[in-house]
Amino acid sequence: MHIVVCIKQVPDSAQIRVHPVTNTIMRQGVPAIVNPYDLYSLEEALRLKDRYGGRITVLSMGPPQAETALRKAISFGADEAILVTDRAFAGSDTLATSYALASAIRQIQKDIPVDLVFAGKQTIDGDTAQVGPGIAKRLDMRLLTYISKIRELEIDHGTITVERRAEGGVQVLKTKLPCLVTVLEGTNEMRFATMNNMFRAARHPLKVWNKESAGIEDLTKIGLKGSPTIVSKVFAPSPKAVKAEIIDTESNQPKDLAVTLLAKLFTKKPDLAQDIAKNAP
Amino acid sequence: MSEVTEPRKPTRKKVELDPKLALYKGVWVFVEHERGQVHPVSWELMGEGRKLADKLGVELAGIVMGAPGEDVQKFCHQAMHYGADLCYLIKDEVLKDYRNEPFTKGLTDLVNAWQPEILLIGATTLGRDLAGSVATTLKTGLTADCTELAIDMDNRSLAATRPTFGGSLLCTIVTLNYRPQMATVRPRVMAMPPRDESRTGKIVEHPLGMIETAIITKVLEYIPDNVQGKPQLAFADIIVSGGRGMKKQENFQRIWDLAKVLGAEVGATRPVVQAGWVEADRQVGQSGKTVRPKLYIAAGISGAIQHRVGMEDSDVIIAINSDPNAPIFDFATYGIVGNAMVIVPALTDAFRQHLSTSRMAG
Ligand SMILES: Cc1cc2nc3c(=O)[nH]c(=O)nc-3n(C[C@H](O)[C@H](O)[C@H](O)COP(=O)(O)OP(=O)(O)OC[C@H]3O[C@@H](n4cnc5c(N)ncnc54)[C@H](O)[C@@H]3O)c2cc1C
Ligand SMILES: Cc1cc2nc3c(=O)[nH]c(=O)nc-3n(C[C@H](O)[C@H](O)[C@H](O)COP(=O)(O)OP(=O)(O)OC[C@H]3O[C@@H](n4cnc5c(N)ncnc54)[C@H](O)[C@@H]3O)c2cc1C
Repeated sequence: MHIVVCIKQVPDSAQIRVHPVTNTIMRQGVPAIVNPYDLYSLEEALRLKDRYGGRITVLSMGPPQAETALRKAISFGADEAILVTDRAFAGSDTLATSYALASAIRQIQKDIPVDLVFAGKQTIDGDTAQVGPGIAKRLDMRLLTYISKIRELEIDHGTITVERRAEGGVQVLKTKLPCLVTVLEGTNEMRFATMNNMFRAARHPLKVWNKESAGIEDLTKIGLKGSPTIVSKVFAPSPKAVKAEIIDTESNQPKDLAVTLLAKLFTKKPDLAQDIAKNAP
Repeated sequence: MSEVTEPRKPTRKKVELDPKLALYKGVWVFVEHERGQVHPVSWELMGEGRKLADKLGVELAGIVMGAPGEDVQKFCHQAMHYGADLCYLIKDEVLKDYRNEPFTKGLTDLVNAWQPEILLIGATTLGRDLAGSVATTLKTGLTADCTELAIDMDNRSLAATRPTFGGSLLCTIVTLNYRPQMATVRPRVMAMPPRDESRTGKIVEHPLGMIETAIITKVLEYIPDNVQGKPQLAFADIIVSGGRGMKKQENFQRIWDLAKVLGAEVGATRPVVQAGWVEADRQVGQSGKTVRPKLYIAAGISGAIQHRVGMEDSDVIIAINSDPNAPIFDFATYGIVGNAMVIVPALTDAFRQHLSTSRMAG
């Protein structure tokens, strides 16, 4: 069995700060990490490999530094890593990104057929959750999103049975391989890298593909040119003009403050008094 | 690619659009339903879609897809009550449970047949699965998880705004030379529009043209969530939330007491959830629930942006904080500067008093 896991390197958003004057993101010193959601997918792929054997190829599109993310994936147990990197990809939106990644997966398939593609539920920077569905459509693979459990893989029949999170419950779905799976957070916990794999990760010869080796046929479909969406403006949320009315009383005793607040509240919002009365047990 | 932290090339104000795009007309809202119930985000979007359609001077249509046994006809009429001028309906046995393949085909075919200029879908698990597939099939742009929609009258394009980097920044995205312009929109951000039962309109049926044997994915089972006893913050009218300022789990009882008197749900900030004082389902904010109650009481909460984005659209916000400079006072409606340990119980008493007098009176 051959599994491709798509991973993206992202800035650690917990450490992102916005410049108070220029409103731009201050990314100096912000560490780059593997998109946390992708680790759930990678771990799920590793578990399938533990159970059924096979190999895992990790794939990332990004600047040369994204190599670090791929090595990290190898330290967890992935077998092969491919970095798709070319200036021509800069500015790609999700439509262009899914085109580039789907092309690369077609190239990978030329060597060994791919049974499963894993992608993260979403990233923590672009945060669109659109690249997974996009790749599936472009490769004409079945799409299984928000998967909380892989129940069964029947390799001989080429089928997979999964639990999918829907709005009000869980759907149990069965479909045919090849398919693309996105994994829900909390489905599993990433294993620790073994000493062996850490050594392997440090020495592993990554494959680095430019647009030609990634099999890009139509240059108008990648980068800014291939991106229908355009970011026209980035700005900070405007502070609310009106600040809170601070309740004050002569005594400033809790009881007086509370009574004064309620009086103001119900004078200004008479409906709220009714709503509360309706709501109260 | 990962050069995502800088805005891409800003658009010039006046852009010449391909005249073919003018063939695309109308605003569409996908009506999502599950187990006989329309997801409220669809009606929130209908309200928003109405405004966009009026601005553009075009029709607003609801898109309903489902099986004959489901209440699809009723959903069409409801869509009109909430603002749609007409509905497109695909009714087919294979649409009984959501599956990507038939829904993607149905919606893509509808778009190709009727060519709307804007297509809006709720940013739910179903909506994001479907929208990503449909946009890729149509080779058009899709803006994700928006919190604000507007029309740029310069070129009649949809300007869709979405929070990024945890809400600390917003970005506005346009799709210029592609149609339809697609966006998914976060639930509970847009206001629920009023419902007008007198509104009617036509229902245009469209065939799916796909049979069960052609669909590879099968639904074996559906296990509904056990919602009994689970917090339902997203739909609560009143929420009492506590933050790290409550100091210990025992003190959090004061939040529960106030909530009980009001029949309210209890909410919390992330540190409170992380400390294990309340279950994760109660977290309000960027990585928790977005809520929009009529009354939100925040005690011992600083008002960090990640919390704020989840609750700032509440009708009335009452904040209790010992620090007069806490950011929560910048956007709350009323504030009490003081110790939540004594103010919250005082509020509980005052509300209890108010309720018993109003009951005696009424
Ligand atoms: C502020 C901001 C807002 C944006 N909004 C939009 C928008 O609304 N619509 C739009 O089309 N584009 C948008 N983009 C562009 C978008 O971020 C890029 O297209 C990006 O390359 C992929 O999207 P994502 O990060 O949202 O990935 P998601 O779709 O959230 O990623 C899902 C999964 O796909 C895989 N994946 C994604 N990217 C890669 C990669 N480069 N290499 C390997 N695997 C990958 C990973 O497994 C990932 O977990 C936005 C960018 C920014 C900075
Ligand atoms: C990626 C990311 C996602 C996040 N998602 C969320 C999210 O979904 N929801 C969320 O809430 N947070 C989220 N956070 C965390 C967020 O940044 C804040 O840290 C958090 O909201 C602060 O919680 P708090 O207000 O309870 O605590 P603090 O910020 O510590 O505030 C405590 C407040 O209590 C006041 N106080 C102290 N003692 C008293 C007293 N006796 N009486 C009255 N007031 C008192 C203090 O003045 C202070 O203002 C996220 C952060 C990141 C990085």
